[in-house]
Amino acid sequence: MQQTLTLPEGTIASRKADKRRAFFRRKVVPWLFVLPILSINILVVAAPAFSSVYFSMTKWSGIGSAEWIGLANYQALLADPGFHHAFMNNVLWLAMFLTVPIGMALIAASLLAPIRRGAIVFRLSLFIPYVLPSVVSAALWRSLFSPDRGIPALLTDMGIPGFDKAFLGDSRTALPAIAFIDNWHWWGFLMVLFLASMQNIPPDLYESARLDGANRWQEFRDVTLPGIRPTIVFMILMTTIWSFLTFDYIWILTQGGPARATEVLAVLVFKEAFRNFNAGYAAAIGLTMSFFVGCVIAGFQVLRRRGWEI
Amino acid sequence: MSTTTLSRGKRREISLAPNYLVLLLLLGFALGPLMVLVFNSLKTQAEIGSNPLGPPQSFMWENFTKAWEVGNFAVTTRNSGILVAVTVAAVLALGGMAAYSLAKLDLPGAGLVTLYLLIGTSLPLQLFLVPLFFTWQRLGLVNNLLGLAIIYVATNAPFAVFLLRSYMLQLPRDFEDAARVDGAGEWQIFTGIVVPLSWPGFLTVGLVVALSVWNEFLLATVFLTDQELFTVVTSYYNFSSRFSRDWSLTSAAALMMILPVVVIFLALQRRFVEGLTQGGLKG
Repeated sequence: MQQTLTLPEGTIASRKADKRRAFFRRKVVPWLFVLPILSINILVVAAPAFSSVYFSMTKWSGIGSAEWIGLANYQALLADPGFHHAFMNNVLWLAMFLTVPIGMALIAASLLAPIRRGAIVFRLSLFIPYVLPSVVSAALWRSLFSPDRGIPALLTDMGIPGFDKAFLGDSRTALPAIAFIDNWHWWGFLMVLFLASMQNIPPDLYESARLDGANRWQEFRDVTLPGIRPTIVFMILMTTIWSFLTFDYIWILTQGGPARATEVLAVLVFKEAFRNFNAGYAAAIGLTMSFFVGCVIAGFQVLRRRGWEI
Repeated sequence: MSTTTLSRGKRREISLAPNYLVLLLLLGFALGPLMVLVFNSLKTQAEIGSNPLGPPQSFMWENFTKAWEVGNFAVTTRNSGILVAVTVAAVLALGGMAAYSLAKLDLPGAGLVTLYLLIGTSLPLQLFLVPLFFTWQRLGLVNNLLGLAIIYVATNAPFAVFLLRSYMLQLPRDFEDAARVDGAGEWQIFTGIVVPLSWPGFLTVGLVVALSVWNEFLLATVFLTDQELFTVVTSYYNFSSRFSRDWSLTSAAALMMILPVVVIFLALQRRFVEGLTQGGLKG
Protein backbone atom coordinates (compact mmCIF):
# COMPACT_ATOMS: atom_id res chain seq x y z
CA MET A 1 0.00 0.00 0.00
CA GLN A 2 2.75 2.36 1.04
CA GLN A 3 4.68 1.48 -2.06
CA THR A 4 1.83 2.06 -4.48
CA LEU A 5 1.31 5.45 -2.95
CA THR A 6 4.89 6.46 -3.61
CA LEU A 7 5.06 4.92 -7.07
CA PRO A 8 2.20 6.34 -9.14
CA GLU A 9 3.30 4.67 -12.39
CA GLY A 10 3.04 1.29 -10.68
CA THR A 11 -0.47 2.12 -9.56
CA ILE A 12 -1.61 2.92 -13.04
CA ALA A 13 -0.08 -0.27 -14.36
CA SER A 14 -1.67 -2.40 -11.65
CA ARG A 15 -4.99 -0.62 -12.13
CA LYS A 16 -4.84 -1.48 -15.78
CA ALA A 17 -4.06 -5.07 -14.87
CA ASP A 18 -6.95 -5.04 -12.40
CA LYS A 19 -9.25 -3.71 -15.06
CA ARG A 20 -8.12 -6.33 -17.49
CA ARG A 21 -8.57 -9.01 -14.85
CA ALA A 22 -12.03 -7.72 -14.00
CA PHE A 23 -12.96 -7.65 -17.68
CA PHE A 24 -11.66 -11.18 -18.08
CA ARG A 25 -13.61 -12.37 -15.06
CA ARG A 26 -16.87 -10.57 -15.85
CA LYS A 27 -17.04 -10.94 -19.63
CA VAL A 28 -14.74 -13.74 -20.76
CA VAL A 29 -15.01 -16.36 -18.01
CA PRO A 30 -18.80 -16.68 -18.32
CA TRP A 31 -18.34 -17.45 -22.01
CA LEU A 32 -15.66 -20.02 -21.28
CA PHE A 33 -18.22 -21.90 -19.18
CA VAL A 34 -20.81 -21.90 -21.97
CA LEU A 35 -18.57 -22.49 -24.97
CA PRO A 36 -17.88 -26.25 -24.72
CA ILE A 37 -21.50 -27.38 -24.80
CA LEU A 38 -22.50 -24.61 -27.17
CA SER A 39 -19.84 -25.56 -29.72
CA ILE A 40 -20.82 -29.25 -29.57
CA ASN A 41 -24.44 -28.29 -30.09
CA ILE A 42 -23.61 -26.00 -33.00
CA LEU A 43 -21.43 -28.68 -34.59
CA VAL A 44 -24.11 -31.39 -34.30
CA VAL A 45 -27.37 -29.47 -34.65
CA ALA A 46 -27.08 -25.93 -36.02
CA ALA A 47 -24.41 -26.37 -38.69
CA PRO A 48 -25.95 -29.47 -40.30
CA ALA A 49 -29.39 -27.87 -40.03
CA PHE A 50 -28.18 -24.89 -42.03
CA SER A 51 -26.34 -27.02 -44.56
CA SER A 52 -29.60 -28.97 -44.96
CA VAL A 53 -31.03 -25.91 -46.64
CA TYR A 54 -28.23 -26.01 -49.22
CA PHE A 55 -28.30 -29.78 -49.73
CA SER A 56 -32.07 -29.73 -50.20
CA MET A 57 -31.40 -27.79 -53.42
CA THR A 58 -28.90 -30.29 -54.76
CA LYS A 59 -28.77 -33.71 -56.30
CA TRP A 60 -26.56 -35.51 -53.81
CA SER A 61 -25.98 -39.16 -53.03
CA GLY A 62 -24.40 -38.36 -49.68
CA ILE A 63 -20.93 -39.26 -50.87
CA GLY A 64 -19.02 -37.08 -53.29
CA SER A 65 -20.02 -33.67 -54.49
CA ALA A 66 -23.52 -32.26 -54.60
CA GLU A 67 -24.92 -30.92 -57.86
CA TRP A 68 -26.95 -27.71 -57.59
CA ILE A 69 -30.45 -28.17 -58.99
CA GLY A 70 -32.32 -25.26 -57.41
CA LEU A 71 -35.86 -26.02 -56.33
CA ALA A 72 -36.20 -29.22 -58.38
CA ASN A 73 -36.38 -31.41 -55.24
CA TYR A 74 -39.27 -29.37 -53.92
CA GLN A 75 -41.07 -29.54 -57.26
CA ALA A 76 -40.57 -33.29 -57.27
CA LEU A 77 -41.84 -33.43 -53.70
CA LEU A 78 -45.06 -31.61 -54.50
CA ALA A 79 -45.71 -33.97 -57.40
CA ASP A 80 -44.74 -37.11 -55.45
CA PRO A 81 -47.85 -39.15 -54.50
CA GLY A 82 -45.68 -40.96 -51.92
CA PHE A 83 -45.12 -37.65 -50.16
CA HIS A 84 -48.82 -36.78 -50.14
CA HIS A 85 -49.66 -40.22 -48.85
CA ALA A 86 -47.05 -39.98 -46.08
CA PHE A 87 -48.27 -36.53 -45.12
CA MET A 88 -51.86 -37.82 -44.85
CA ASN A 89 -50.61 -40.63 -42.61
CA ASN A 90 -49.04 -38.01 -40.35
CA VAL A 91 -52.36 -36.18 -40.25
CA LEU A 92 -54.17 -39.41 -39.40
CA TRP A 93 -51.59 -40.07 -36.69
CA LEU A 94 -52.20 -36.56 -35.35
CA ALA A 95 -55.96 -37.15 -35.24
CA MET A 96 -55.49 -40.38 -33.29
CA PHE A 97 -53.02 -38.91 -30.82
CA LEU A 98 -55.03 -35.75 -30.19
CA THR A 99 -57.99 -37.84 -29.10
CA VAL A 100 -57.23 -41.27 -27.64
CA PRO A 101 -54.25 -40.68 -25.32
CA ILE A 102 -55.42 -37.26 -24.17
CA GLY A 103 -58.89 -38.65 -23.45
CA MET A 104 -57.53 -41.68 -21.59
CA ALA A 105 -55.07 -39.56 -19.62
CA LEU A 106 -57.77 -37.04 -18.64
CA ILE A 107 -60.11 -39.77 -17.46
CA ALA A 108 -57.45 -41.65 -15.50
CA ALA A 109 -55.95 -38.52 -13.94
CA SER A 110 -59.30 -37.17 -12.81
CA LEU A 111 -60.21 -40.55 -11.33
CA LEU A 112 -56.84 -40.82 -9.61
CA ALA A 113 -56.70 -37.26 -8.25
CA PRO A 114 -59.14 -37.76 -5.33
CA ILE A 115 -57.63 -41.12 -4.36
CA ARG A 116 -55.21 -41.35 -1.45
CA ARG A 117 -54.92 -45.06 -0.69
CA GLY A 118 -52.87 -46.88 -3.31
CA ALA A 119 -52.45 -43.74 -5.41
CA ILE A 120 -48.72 -44.26 -5.81
CA VAL A 121 -49.20 -47.83 -7.04
CA PHE A 122 -51.50 -46.63 -9.81
CA ARG A 123 -49.31 -43.68 -10.68
CA LEU A 124 -46.15 -45.77 -10.98
CA SER A 125 -47.76 -48.72 -12.75
CA LEU A 126 -49.40 -46.57 -15.38
CA PHE A 127 -46.11 -44.75 -15.92
CA ILE A 128 -43.91 -47.84 -16.31
CA PRO A 129 -44.57 -48.47 -20.03
CA TYR A 130 -43.18 -44.99 -20.71
CA VAL A 131 -39.69 -45.93 -19.48
CA LEU A 132 -39.43 -49.03 -21.69
CA PRO A 133 -37.40 -48.89 -24.91
CA SER A 134 -39.54 -48.70 -28.03
CA VAL A 135 -38.06 -51.91 -29.45
CA VAL A 136 -39.29 -53.89 -26.45
CA SER A 137 -42.82 -52.47 -26.41
CA ALA A 138 -43.03 -52.98 -30.17
CA ALA A 139 -41.77 -56.58 -30.15
CA LEU A 140 -43.98 -57.44 -27.19
CA TRP A 141 -47.10 -56.12 -28.87
CA ARG A 142 -46.16 -57.68 -32.18
CA SER A 143 -46.39 -61.07 -30.47
CA LEU A 144 -49.58 -60.09 -28.65
CA PHE A 145 -51.11 -59.07 -31.99
CA SER A 146 -50.11 -62.28 -33.73
CA PRO A 147 -53.26 -63.86 -35.21
CA ASP A 148 -52.48 -67.47 -34.37
CA ARG A 149 -51.55 -67.27 -30.69
CA GLY A 150 -51.88 -63.67 -29.52
CA ILE A 151 -54.87 -61.75 -28.18
CA PRO A 152 -56.77 -61.99 -31.52
CA ALA A 153 -56.60 -65.78 -31.24
CA LEU A 154 -57.84 -65.61 -27.67
CA LEU A 155 -60.78 -63.37 -28.61
CA THR A 156 -61.62 -65.55 -31.62
CA ASP A 157 -61.61 -68.64 -29.40
CA MET A 158 -63.98 -66.87 -27.04
CA GLY A 159 -66.32 -66.46 -29.99
CA ILE A 160 -65.86 -62.73 -30.51
CA PRO A 161 -65.90 -62.07 -34.27
CA GLY A 162 -63.74 -59.62 -36.21
CA PHE A 163 -60.40 -60.34 -34.59
CA ASP A 164 -59.28 -63.18 -36.79
CA LYS A 165 -56.69 -61.23 -38.77
CA ALA A 166 -53.17 -59.86 -38.80
CA PHE A 167 -53.72 -56.27 -37.76
CA LEU A 168 -50.15 -55.22 -38.49
CA GLY A 169 -50.07 -56.98 -41.86
CA ASP A 170 -53.28 -55.51 -43.25
CA SER A 171 -52.80 -52.17 -44.97
CA ARG A 172 -56.13 -50.88 -43.65
CA THR A 173 -55.45 -51.61 -39.98
CA ALA A 174 -51.66 -51.39 -39.76
CA LEU A 175 -51.39 -47.69 -38.94
CA PRO A 176 -54.07 -47.69 -36.21
CA ALA A 177 -52.49 -50.86 -34.78
CA ILE A 178 -49.08 -49.16 -34.55
CA ALA A 179 -50.71 -46.09 -33.02
CA PHE A 180 -52.38 -48.35 -30.46
CA ILE A 181 -48.98 -49.77 -29.48
CA ASP A 182 -47.27 -46.38 -29.36
CA ASN A 183 -50.16 -45.10 -27.27
CA TRP A 184 -49.79 -47.97 -24.80
CA HIS A 185 -46.33 -46.67 -24.05
CA TRP A 186 -47.25 -42.98 -24.19
CA TRP A 187 -50.54 -42.27 -22.45
CA GLY A 188 -49.33 -42.98 -18.88
CA PHE A 189 -46.79 -40.20 -19.20
CA LEU A 190 -49.55 -37.82 -20.23
CA MET A 191 -51.64 -39.03 -17.29
CA VAL A 192 -48.87 -38.20 -14.80
CA LEU A 193 -48.49 -34.72 -16.31
CA PHE A 194 -52.23 -34.05 -16.04
CA LEU A 195 -52.34 -35.47 -12.52
CA ALA A 196 -49.51 -33.20 -11.34
CA SER A 197 -51.37 -30.26 -12.84
CA MET A 198 -54.67 -31.26 -11.21
CA GLN A 199 -53.04 -31.46 -7.81
CA ASN A 200 -52.31 -27.74 -8.08
CA ILE A 201 -56.02 -26.89 -8.31
CA PRO A 202 -57.12 -25.37 -4.98
CA PRO A 203 -59.40 -27.85 -3.11
CA ASP A 204 -61.80 -25.00 -2.23
CA LEU A 205 -62.94 -24.90 -5.85
CA TYR A 206 -64.16 -28.50 -5.59
CA GLU A 207 -65.63 -27.68 -2.21
CA SER A 208 -67.77 -24.87 -3.53
CA ALA A 209 -68.71 -26.82 -6.65
CA ARG A 210 -70.02 -29.58 -4.42
CA LEU A 211 -71.90 -27.13 -2.23
CA ASP A 212 -73.57 -25.93 -5.42
CA GLY A 213 -74.67 -29.50 -5.97
CA ALA A 214 -72.39 -30.28 -8.91
CA ASN A 215 -72.17 -33.91 -9.96
CA ARG A 216 -68.97 -35.66 -11.06
CA TRP A 217 -69.30 -34.59 -14.68
CA GLN A 218 -70.04 -30.97 -13.82
CA GLU A 219 -67.13 -30.93 -11.40
CA PHE A 220 -64.85 -32.26 -14.13
CA ARG A 221 -66.12 -29.81 -16.73
CA ASP A 222 -66.27 -26.69 -14.55
CA VAL A 223 -63.35 -27.14 -12.15
CA THR A 224 -60.86 -29.74 -13.37
CA LEU A 225 -60.72 -28.90 -17.08
CA PRO A 226 -60.33 -25.13 -16.64
CA GLY A 227 -57.81 -25.77 -13.85
CA ILE A 228 -55.42 -27.78 -16.02
CA ARG A 229 -56.11 -25.96 -19.25
CA PRO A 230 -52.57 -24.62 -19.74
CA THR A 231 -51.16 -28.15 -19.46
CA ILE A 232 -53.72 -29.55 -21.90
CA VAL A 233 -53.08 -26.81 -24.43
CA PHE A 234 -49.34 -27.28 -24.13
CA MET A 235 -49.62 -31.01 -24.65
CA ILE A 236 -51.89 -30.46 -27.67
CA LEU A 237 -49.13 -28.28 -29.12
CA MET A 238 -46.44 -30.88 -28.38
CA THR A 239 -48.60 -33.73 -29.71
CA THR A 240 -49.10 -31.82 -32.94
CA ILE A 241 -45.38 -31.26 -33.34
CA TRP A 242 -44.44 -34.83 -32.45
CA SER A 243 -47.08 -36.25 -34.79
CA PHE A 244 -45.22 -34.75 -37.73
CA LEU A 245 -41.96 -36.31 -36.54
CA THR A 246 -43.10 -39.78 -35.45
CA PHE A 247 -40.74 -42.55 -36.49
CA ASP A 248 -39.68 -45.21 -33.98
CA TYR A 249 -42.72 -47.45 -33.65
CA ILE A 250 -43.57 -47.33 -37.33
CA TRP A 251 -40.04 -48.15 -38.43
CA ILE A 252 -39.65 -50.94 -35.90
CA LEU A 253 -43.00 -52.59 -36.60
CA THR A 254 -43.53 -52.25 -40.35
CA GLN A 255 -40.76 -50.09 -41.87
CA GLY A 256 -43.56 -48.25 -43.63
CA GLY A 257 -45.23 -51.37 -45.02
CA PRO A 258 -47.29 -53.30 -45.96
CA ALA A 259 -47.13 -51.75 -49.43
CA ARG A 260 -46.18 -48.30 -48.06
CA ALA A 261 -49.43 -48.18 -46.07
CA THR A 262 -47.76 -46.87 -42.91
CA GLU A 263 -45.19 -44.57 -44.45
CA VAL A 264 -44.91 -41.24 -42.66
CA LEU A 265 -42.59 -38.35 -43.50
CA ALA A 266 -39.80 -39.45 -41.16
CA VAL A 267 -39.82 -42.92 -42.75
CA LEU A 268 -39.50 -41.29 -46.18
CA VAL A 269 -36.47 -39.28 -45.03
CA PHE A 270 -34.82 -42.41 -43.69
CA LYS A 271 -35.50 -44.47 -46.82
CA GLU A 272 -34.45 -41.76 -49.25
CA ALA A 273 -31.25 -40.91 -47.36
CA PHE A 274 -29.97 -44.30 -46.29
CA ARG A 275 -31.63 -46.77 -48.67
CA ASN A 276 -31.99 -44.93 -51.98
CA PHE A 277 -29.03 -42.56 -51.48
CA ASN A 278 -31.10 -39.53 -52.47
CA ALA A 279 -29.63 -37.43 -49.68
CA GLY A 280 -30.57 -34.14 -51.33
CA TYR A 281 -34.19 -35.21 -51.71
CA ALA A 282 -34.20 -36.53 -48.13
CA ALA A 283 -32.91 -33.17 -46.90
CA ALA A 284 -35.78 -31.48 -48.76
CA ILE A 285 -38.32 -33.72 -47.01
CA GLY A 286 -36.64 -33.10 -43.66
CA LEU A 287 -36.77 -29.37 -44.24
CA THR A 288 -40.43 -29.57 -45.22
CA MET A 289 -41.16 -31.42 -41.95
CA SER A 290 -39.38 -28.67 -40.04
CA PHE A 291 -41.45 -26.15 -41.96
CA PHE A 292 -44.65 -27.87 -40.77
CA VAL A 293 -43.37 -27.79 -37.19
CA GLY A 294 -42.52 -24.12 -37.57
CA CYS A 295 -46.03 -23.44 -38.89
CA VAL A 296 -47.59 -25.20 -35.88
CA ILE A 297 -45.52 -23.15 -33.42
CA ALA A 298 -46.17 -19.93 -35.33
CA GLY A 299 -49.91 -20.71 -35.49
CA PHE A 300 -50.04 -21.10 -31.72
CA GLN A 301 -48.18 -17.83 -31.25
CA VAL A 302 -50.59 -16.01 -33.56
CA LEU A 303 -53.61 -17.38 -31.70
CA ARG A 304 -52.03 -16.34 -28.42
CA ARG A 305 -51.37 -12.82 -29.70
CA ARG A 306 -54.97 -12.59 -30.84
CA GLY A 307 -55.95 -13.02 -27.22
CA TRP A 308 -56.77 -16.72 -27.10
CA GLU A 309 -55.98 -17.91 -23.62
CA ILE A 310 -53.50 -20.58 -24.60
CA MET B 1 -54.53 -27.25 6.60
CA SER B 2 -58.04 -27.31 7.98
CA THR B 3 -59.55 -26.73 4.55
CA THR B 4 -57.70 -29.69 3.06
CA THR B 5 -58.72 -32.03 5.86
CA LEU B 6 -62.27 -30.75 5.55
CA SER B 7 -62.33 -31.29 1.82
CA ARG B 8 -60.83 -34.73 2.23
CA GLY B 9 -63.55 -35.52 4.74
CA LYS B 10 -66.18 -34.28 2.33
CA ARG B 11 -64.63 -36.12 -0.56
CA ARG B 12 -65.23 -39.43 1.18
CA GLU B 13 -68.95 -38.81 0.79
CA ILE B 14 -68.63 -39.55 -2.92
CA SER B 15 -67.88 -43.21 -3.36
CA LEU B 16 -64.48 -43.89 -4.84
CA ALA B 17 -65.35 -47.44 -5.86
CA PRO B 18 -65.99 -46.60 -9.54
CA ASN B 19 -62.66 -44.75 -9.62
CA TYR B 20 -60.83 -47.82 -8.38
CA LEU B 21 -62.67 -50.06 -10.82
CA VAL B 22 -61.75 -48.05 -13.92
CA LEU B 23 -58.20 -47.50 -12.69
CA LEU B 24 -57.76 -51.22 -12.11
CA LEU B 25 -58.82 -51.89 -15.71
CA LEU B 26 -56.27 -49.34 -16.95
CA LEU B 27 -53.66 -50.86 -14.67
CA GLY B 28 -54.34 -54.21 -16.29
CA PHE B 29 -53.92 -52.62 -19.70
CA ALA B 30 -50.56 -51.12 -18.70
CA LEU B 31 -49.12 -54.10 -16.83
CA GLY B 32 -50.88 -57.05 -18.46
CA PRO B 33 -48.52 -57.19 -21.45
CA LEU B 34 -45.54 -57.05 -19.10
CA MET B 35 -46.99 -59.97 -17.12
CA VAL B 36 -47.20 -61.97 -20.34
CA LEU B 37 -43.57 -61.04 -20.99
CA VAL B 38 -42.51 -62.39 -17.60
CA PHE B 39 -44.63 -65.56 -18.06
CA ASN B 40 -43.27 -66.32 -21.51
CA SER B 41 -39.68 -65.75 -20.53
CA LEU B 42 -39.97 -68.83 -18.32
CA LYS B 43 -41.80 -71.19 -20.70
CA THR B 44 -40.47 -73.78 -23.08
CA GLN B 45 -41.15 -73.28 -26.75
CA ALA B 46 -43.64 -76.16 -26.67
CA GLU B 47 -45.53 -74.65 -23.78
CA ILE B 48 -45.85 -71.31 -25.55
CA GLY B 49 -47.48 -73.18 -28.43
CA SER B 50 -50.19 -74.58 -26.20
CA ASN B 51 -50.39 -71.72 -23.68
CA PRO B 52 -49.18 -68.48 -25.26
CA LEU B 53 -50.60 -65.96 -22.77
CA GLY B 54 -51.15 -67.65 -19.39
CA PRO B 55 -48.84 -68.26 -16.43
CA PRO B 56 -46.04 -70.78 -16.95
CA GLN B 57 -46.11 -74.42 -15.87
CA SER B 58 -42.36 -74.80 -16.24
CA PHE B 59 -39.56 -72.53 -15.13
CA MET B 60 -36.97 -72.50 -17.85
CA TRP B 61 -34.29 -70.29 -16.32
CA GLU B 62 -31.99 -71.46 -19.13
CA ASN B 63 -33.93 -69.13 -21.45
CA PHE B 64 -32.04 -66.24 -19.89
CA THR B 65 -28.56 -67.69 -20.31
CA LYS B 66 -29.40 -68.71 -23.85
CA ALA B 67 -30.79 -65.26 -24.70
CA TRP B 68 -27.74 -63.63 -23.11
CA GLU B 69 -25.46 -65.60 -25.42
CA VAL B 70 -27.51 -65.61 -28.61
CA GLY B 71 -28.32 -61.93 -28.19
CA ASN B 72 -24.63 -61.10 -27.71
CA PHE B 73 -25.57 -59.24 -24.55
CA ALA B 74 -22.03 -59.18 -23.17
CA VAL B 75 -20.99 -56.94 -26.05
CA THR B 76 -24.16 -54.90 -26.43
CA THR B 77 -24.42 -54.14 -22.70
CA ARG B 78 -20.84 -52.93 -22.78
CA ASN B 79 -21.57 -50.69 -25.79
CA SER B 80 -24.72 -49.23 -24.26
CA GLY B 81 -22.90 -48.80 -20.96
CA ILE B 82 -20.08 -46.86 -22.60
CA LEU B 83 -22.56 -44.64 -24.45
CA VAL B 84 -24.52 -43.95 -21.28
CA ALA B 85 -21.44 -43.29 -19.15
CA VAL B 86 -19.70 -40.99 -21.61
CA THR B 87 -22.86 -39.07 -22.48
CA VAL B 88 -24.01 -38.63 -18.89
CA ALA B 89 -20.55 -37.54 -17.71
CA ALA B 90 -20.16 -35.02 -20.53
CA VAL B 91 -23.71 -33.68 -20.28
CA LEU B 92 -23.41 -33.19 -16.52
CA ALA B 93 -19.96 -31.57 -16.71
CA LEU B 94 -20.46 -29.34 -19.75
CA GLY B 95 -24.17 -28.72 -19.20
CA GLY B 96 -23.51 -27.91 -15.56
CA MET B 97 -20.87 -25.38 -16.55
CA ALA B 98 -23.20 -23.68 -18.99
CA ALA B 99 -26.04 -23.69 -16.45
CA TYR B 100 -23.72 -22.10 -13.88
CA SER B 101 -22.79 -19.37 -16.30
CA LEU B 102 -26.42 -18.68 -17.17
CA ALA B 103 -27.66 -18.79 -13.59
CA LYS B 104 -24.85 -17.22 -11.60
CA LEU B 105 -22.54 -15.22 -13.87
CA ASP B 106 -23.80 -12.26 -15.79
CA LEU B 107 -23.15 -13.90 -19.12
CA PRO B 108 -23.16 -11.13 -21.73
CA GLY B 109 -25.64 -12.31 -24.35
CA ALA B 110 -27.36 -14.79 -22.04
CA GLY B 111 -30.69 -14.13 -23.74
CA LEU B 112 -29.24 -15.12 -27.08
CA VAL B 113 -27.78 -18.37 -25.73
CA THR B 114 -31.09 -19.27 -24.08
CA LEU B 115 -32.98 -18.54 -27.27
CA TYR B 116 -30.56 -20.66 -29.27
CA LEU B 117 -30.99 -23.61 -26.90
CA LEU B 118 -34.77 -23.19 -26.96
CA ILE B 119 -34.85 -23.28 -30.75
CA GLY B 120 -32.46 -26.23 -30.63
CA THR B 121 -34.95 -28.25 -28.57
CA SER B 122 -37.71 -27.80 -31.11
CA LEU B 123 -35.66 -28.63 -34.20
CA PRO B 124 -36.62 -32.03 -35.54
CA LEU B 125 -33.87 -34.62 -35.84
CA GLN B 126 -34.74 -35.09 -39.51
CA LEU B 127 -33.65 -31.53 -40.24
CA PHE B 128 -30.01 -32.16 -39.41
CA LEU B 129 -29.78 -35.96 -39.57
CA VAL B 130 -28.81 -36.32 -43.23
CA PRO B 131 -25.95 -33.78 -43.44
CA LEU B 132 -24.81 -34.79 -39.98
CA PHE B 133 -24.51 -38.43 -40.99
CA PHE B 134 -22.42 -37.70 -44.06
CA THR B 135 -20.22 -35.23 -42.14
CA TRP B 136 -19.68 -37.83 -39.43
CA GLN B 137 -18.84 -40.37 -42.08
CA ARG B 138 -16.14 -38.12 -43.47
CA LEU B 139 -14.75 -37.53 -39.99
CA GLY B 140 -14.63 -41.27 -39.29
CA LEU B 141 -17.19 -40.91 -36.50
CA VAL B 142 -19.73 -43.36 -37.93
CA ASN B 143 -19.44 -46.80 -36.32
CA ASN B 144 -17.69 -45.11 -33.44
CA LEU B 145 -19.19 -45.06 -29.94
CA LEU B 146 -17.58 -41.73 -29.15
CA GLY B 147 -18.99 -40.23 -32.35
CA LEU B 148 -22.51 -41.22 -31.32
CA ALA B 149 -21.94 -40.05 -27.74
CA ILE B 150 -21.05 -36.57 -29.05
CA ILE B 151 -24.42 -36.44 -30.83
CA TYR B 152 -26.24 -37.55 -27.68
CA VAL B 153 -24.44 -34.86 -25.69
CA ALA B 154 -25.61 -32.24 -28.18
CA THR B 155 -29.23 -33.42 -28.33
CA ASN B 156 -29.52 -33.75 -24.54
CA ALA B 157 -27.70 -30.50 -23.77
CA PRO B 158 -30.60 -28.01 -23.88
CA PHE B 159 -32.76 -30.02 -21.49
CA ALA B 160 -29.81 -30.47 -19.10
CA VAL B 161 -28.85 -26.81 -19.17
CA PHE B 162 -32.40 -25.61 -18.54
CA LEU B 163 -33.08 -28.02 -15.69
CA LEU B 164 -29.72 -27.42 -13.98
CA ARG B 165 -30.08 -23.69 -14.39
CA SER B 166 -33.45 -23.73 -12.65
CA TYR B 167 -31.87 -25.65 -9.76
CA MET B 168 -28.95 -23.26 -9.49
CA LEU B 169 -31.20 -20.20 -9.58
CA GLN B 170 -32.76 -21.40 -6.33
CA LEU B 171 -29.42 -21.44 -4.49
CA PRO B 172 -28.79 -18.43 -2.23
CA ARG B 173 -26.03 -16.16 -3.48
CA ASP B 174 -24.43 -15.70 -0.02
CA PHE B 175 -22.07 -18.69 -0.21
CA GLU B 176 -20.63 -17.78 -3.57
CA ASP B 177 -20.32 -14.12 -2.68
CA ALA B 178 -18.43 -15.03 0.50
CA ALA B 179 -16.13 -17.27 -1.54
CA ARG B 180 -15.62 -14.52 -4.11
CA VAL B 181 -14.63 -12.07 -1.39
CA ASP B 182 -12.14 -14.68 -0.17
CA GLY B 183 -10.60 -14.66 -3.64
CA ALA B 184 -11.95 -17.93 -5.00
CA GLY B 185 -12.06 -18.23 -8.80
CA GLU B 186 -15.29 -19.06 -10.63
CA TRP B 187 -14.11 -22.59 -11.32
CA GLN B 188 -13.50 -23.18 -7.60
CA ILE B 189 -16.91 -21.76 -6.75
CA PHE B 190 -18.55 -23.93 -9.41
CA THR B 191 -16.94 -27.21 -8.37
CA GLY B 192 -16.66 -26.48 -4.64
CA ILE B 193 -19.99 -24.82 -3.86
CA VAL B 194 -22.57 -24.80 -6.64
CA VAL B 195 -22.24 -28.41 -7.81
CA PRO B 196 -22.42 -29.92 -4.30
CA LEU B 197 -25.43 -27.76 -3.46
CA SER B 198 -27.38 -28.59 -6.62
CA TRP B 199 -26.67 -32.33 -6.69
CA PRO B 200 -30.39 -33.30 -6.81
CA GLY B 201 -30.57 -31.50 -10.13
CA PHE B 202 -27.52 -33.35 -11.39
CA LEU B 203 -28.98 -36.66 -10.27
CA THR B 204 -32.28 -35.95 -12.02
CA VAL B 205 -30.59 -34.90 -15.24
CA GLY B 206 -28.23 -37.87 -15.06
CA LEU B 207 -31.12 -40.31 -14.70
CA VAL B 208 -33.16 -38.85 -17.52
CA VAL B 209 -30.21 -38.65 -19.90
CA ALA B 210 -29.12 -42.19 -19.01
CA LEU B 211 -32.62 -43.49 -19.72
CA SER B 212 -32.90 -41.64 -23.02
CA VAL B 213 -29.49 -42.89 -24.20
CA TRP B 214 -30.14 -46.47 -23.07
CA ASN B 215 -33.47 -46.49 -24.94
CA GLU B 216 -32.51 -44.45 -28.00
CA PHE B 217 -33.25 -46.09 -31.34
CA LEU B 218 -33.10 -43.84 -34.44
CA LEU B 219 -29.61 -42.37 -34.03
CA ALA B 220 -28.14 -45.67 -32.86
CA THR B 221 -29.58 -47.43 -35.93
CA VAL B 222 -28.17 -44.82 -38.30
CA PHE B 223 -24.75 -44.28 -36.75
CA LEU B 224 -23.83 -47.80 -35.63
CA THR B 225 -24.12 -50.40 -38.38
CA ASP B 226 -21.25 -52.65 -37.28
CA GLN B 227 -22.69 -55.62 -35.33
CA GLU B 228 -19.92 -55.44 -32.76
CA LEU B 229 -20.98 -51.88 -31.91
CA PHE B 230 -24.73 -52.52 -31.65
CA THR B 231 -26.40 -51.18 -28.53
CA VAL B 232 -28.76 -53.28 -26.45
CA VAL B 233 -31.65 -51.64 -28.30
CA THR B 234 -30.46 -51.94 -31.89
CA SER B 235 -29.27 -55.48 -31.25
CA TYR B 236 -32.65 -56.42 -29.81
CA TYR B 237 -34.31 -54.92 -32.88
CA ASN B 238 -32.50 -57.45 -35.09
CA PHE B 239 -32.77 -60.22 -32.54
CA SER B 240 -36.54 -59.89 -32.15
CA SER B 241 -37.16 -60.07 -35.87
CA ARG B 242 -34.74 -62.97 -36.34
CA PHE B 243 -36.36 -64.99 -33.53
CA SER B 244 -39.86 -63.57 -33.87
CA ARG B 245 -41.39 -67.03 -33.45
CA ASP B 246 -39.29 -67.92 -30.42
CA TRP B 247 -41.26 -66.06 -27.79
CA SER B 248 -39.44 -67.56 -24.83
CA LEU B 249 -36.11 -66.29 -26.14
CA THR B 250 -37.33 -62.82 -27.14
CA SER B 251 -39.21 -62.44 -23.85
CA ALA B 252 -36.18 -63.42 -21.78
CA ALA B 253 -33.97 -61.02 -23.72
CA ALA B 254 -36.50 -58.19 -23.37
CA LEU B 255 -36.80 -58.80 -19.65
CA MET B 256 -33.05 -58.59 -19.19
CA MET B 257 -33.04 -55.25 -21.01
CA ILE B 258 -35.83 -53.63 -19.08
CA LEU B 259 -35.24 -55.06 -15.62
CA PRO B 260 -32.40 -52.66 -14.68
CA VAL B 261 -34.40 -49.75 -16.08
CA VAL B 262 -37.57 -50.65 -14.17
CA VAL B 263 -35.71 -51.34 -10.90
CA ILE B 264 -33.82 -48.03 -11.04
CA PHE B 265 -37.01 -46.24 -12.04
CA LEU B 266 -38.96 -47.65 -9.09
CA ALA B 267 -36.12 -46.90 -6.66
CA LEU B 268 -35.75 -43.29 -7.75
CA GLN B 269 -39.22 -42.70 -9.13
CA ARG B 270 -39.71 -39.20 -7.74
CA ARG B 271 -36.60 -37.85 -9.50
CA PHE B 272 -37.44 -39.72 -12.68
CA VAL B 273 -40.99 -38.44 -12.90
CA GLU B 274 -39.89 -34.91 -12.08
CA GLY B 275 -37.11 -34.99 -14.66
CA LEU B 276 -39.11 -36.73 -17.37
CA THR B 277 -42.13 -34.50 -17.06
CA GLN B 278 -39.95 -31.40 -17.16
CA GLY B 279 -37.98 -32.86 -20.03
CA GLY B 280 -41.23 -33.62 -21.82
CA LEU B 281 -42.33 -30.07 -21.35
CA LYS B 282 -39.21 -28.91 -23.05
CA GLY B 283 -39.57 -31.16 -26.01
